Amino acid sequence: MANMSLKKNPMPSQPPEVRNRNFSEVALGYDEKTAIDEAQRCLNCKNKPCVSSCPVCIDIPAFIHKVAEGDFESAYQIIAKSSSLPAVCGRVCPQENQCEGKCVRGIKGEPVGIGRLERFVADWHNAHSTEKPVRPKSNGHKVAVIGSGPSGLTCAGDLAKLGYQVTVFEALHVAGGVLVYGIPEFRLPKAIVQKEIDSLAALGVDIQTNVVVGKTITVDELLDKGYEAVFIGSGAGLPKFMNIPGENLKGVYSANEFLTRINLMKAYLPESDTPVQQAKQVVVVGGGNVAMDAARCAKRLGADVSIVYRRTEAELPARREEVEHAMEEGIVFQFLTNPVAIHGGESGFVSSITCQRMALGEPDASGRARPVPQEGSEFDIEADCVIMALGTSPNPLIRDTTSGLDTERWGGIIVEEETGLTSREGVYAGGDAVTGAATVILAMGAGKTAAAAIDRKIRGEN
Amino acid sequence: MYRILEKKRLNPTVTLMRVEAPLVAAKAEPGQFIILRVDADGERIPLTVADFDRDSGSVTIIFQVVGATTEKLNHLEQGDFIHDFVGPLGRPTHTDGLKKVAVVGGGVGCAIAFPVAKKLFEQGCEVHSIAGFRSRDLVILEDEFAANSTRFVRMSDDGTWGEKGLVTDALRKLIESGEKYDEVITIGPLVMMKFVCALTREFGIKTVASMNPIMIDGTGMCGGCRLTVGGKTKFACVDGPEFDGHEIDFDEAIARSSTYRDFERHAYEETCNLFEEAK
Repeated sequence: MANMSLKKNPMPSQPPEVRNRNFSEVALGYDEKTAIDEAQRCLNCKNKPCVSSCPVCIDIPAFIHKVAEGDFESAYQIIAKSSSLPAVCGRVCPQENQCEGKCVRGIKGEPVGIGRLERFVADWHNAHSTEKPVRPKSNGHKVAVIGSGPSGLTCAGDLAKLGYQVTVFEALHVAGGVLVYGIPEFRLPKAIVQKEIDSLAALGVDIQTNVVVGKTITVDELLDKGYEAVFIGSGAGLPKFMNIPGENLKGVYSANEFLTRINLMKAYLPESDTPVQQAKQVVVVGGGNVAMDAARCAKRLGADVSIVYRRTEAELPARREEVEHAMEEGIVFQFLTNPVAIHGGESGFVSSITCQRMALGEPDASGRARPVPQEGSEFDIEADCVIMALGTSPNPLIRDTTSGLDTERWGGIIVEEETGLTSREGVYAGGDAVTGAATVILAMGAGKTAAAAIDRKIRGEN
Repeated sequence: MYRILEKKRLNPTVTLMRVEAPLVAAKAEPGQFIILRVDADGERIPLTVADFDRDSGSVTIIFQVVGATTEKLNHLEQGDFIHDFVGPLGRPTHTDGLKKVAVVGGGVGCAIAFPVAKKLFEQGCEVHSIAGFRSRDLVILEDEFAANSTRFVRMSDDGTWGEKGLVTDALRKLIESGEKYDEVITIGPLVMMKFVCALTREFGIKTVASMNPIMIDGTGMCGGCRLTVGGKTKFACVDGPEFDGHEIDFDEAIARSSTYRDFERHAYEETCNLFEEAK
């Protein structure tokens, strides 16, 4: 008999006033009893709308059924067939727009906590499994993957399981891409990412850090070296700024820089040699997940933090859960507000930021209401640090050094949607390098699609 | 891990290291830089490529001990390993078609100016090198510059080496004596480059300055290295590190370079104390 409770089992979490002072994970995860109880809310419906809205098509009712039976390892094996990073996705996927968004239980009440169950199953497996990954028999074919973020890791994992000899080239000194430099420890502990990467290495994937493709080596050179296909998963790229006065003052960061100092370089730990400003009043500009991450990091470093966003709460592009967490942690939101200038004090650091009020007008090209500046509404916010979380534009390093690689006018690499194939034979691409800033799971889906296409191509099926 | 093949003290605070990094050596060109981390908790610092040898797969860096990271680096010896070493990053110096160039280096910046002078000299360009140091005991690469320049002008602040005065004094003298340069290339402290550029603007001589701002990834991702060039924001790591010196907002660059001064001073003192205690 299904559990007919209208509400999800709540996620045990660190209390807001405690967690906003530490970098430990916010959500603590279900225990076995709670997981089984939540799993029993699944109706195991026939047409499985959850599966069709999962970018990597995990057989969700099947794994949840195993959880309900208490057979957690079997549940894991079902997920692992489709996803190479379940512990990551269970934490950072926007389930509300995907699997959970289509869950039949969500029509009346809350959907099944699919993300929470995925996380539980992956963590349970990582804690209990003693089985060593079996290294598949080599098929003798070499493939190069550029970038070790979600799309690259997924592509590498899928190909390695098929017996390909995969080399991943990573520009930074550690693998993981946005999972290590972007998403903070308190949302995605780095030990979990490392575990996923270790399991890829156990499958035989060779990860070469400190190699910047486009600089250290080019795509053409990789093809010349005998790689039969190259997958470009080089990620989002260059941070955008607003081009307002004062943006290059000391104390103005891109969210990428601020987050990289904290997450990749561990600037919040005493043993790290990397500095980050000890700000007192931080203003974060933007309303996406990256803005939430930057604001919550700044809070944990001891600052008073406000988020300035030019539309209203309803238009915030960040996941609802991230917004709620940020609010609970004491971050102040200034909606319908847009910066027009940043001012510096005597020290050369930021001293305040002038903003103006906005009103929502007619929908713009994105379909969202266009924010319209309100004349004479300027006001100042005191701040010694401003973080710009406005998105990124694609990195030029690969497109500038790869002849015949077609890109969109805005810089994204053009691919065939069903295969990820670019305008160059044998060269595939996916993730943010193609779509612009998007989600971990969409990047994984693209890595998966490309891996399948590369396999078909090399086996000569098309 | 990247092995240190050779270590040489060039003066009391400046050290040369030849590092085994075949992939970087295969691609490096004058004007480009690398990023290194000394150890697992280390920060990423950019250092310009001073030389490279494609055959032996080595890259030479020259650095001045100015903070905690360079202090730690300076404690590594031949045979030790540098944890991370990535490159070559940035765009190479543009040298095509240049017939007569003044290369103006100051202090440890001469380490970066030298490979540029050498490349120009090797391609048959007339190279006037002007090197400036505070005093004789800080001089580096004297023989190397002398061997790779048509004319080599030595300047020191205190007159203990070459002529007493600033590199801008020497450059002004050359220009006013009728030397006509296609281009001036300047590499050194920001203040020095600012004044070199002010001088050449007066004479309308195209000038390229090599910038070395704070950066993390060196691939365009963080934007920490941004500077204003011709009123537009540029990233030194992917758009530079060399820019039109007459367009650079040097005052802004000077301000930005001091962002972490307090942190750096503290970290440097702490590191020095640790090495003291270990003795």
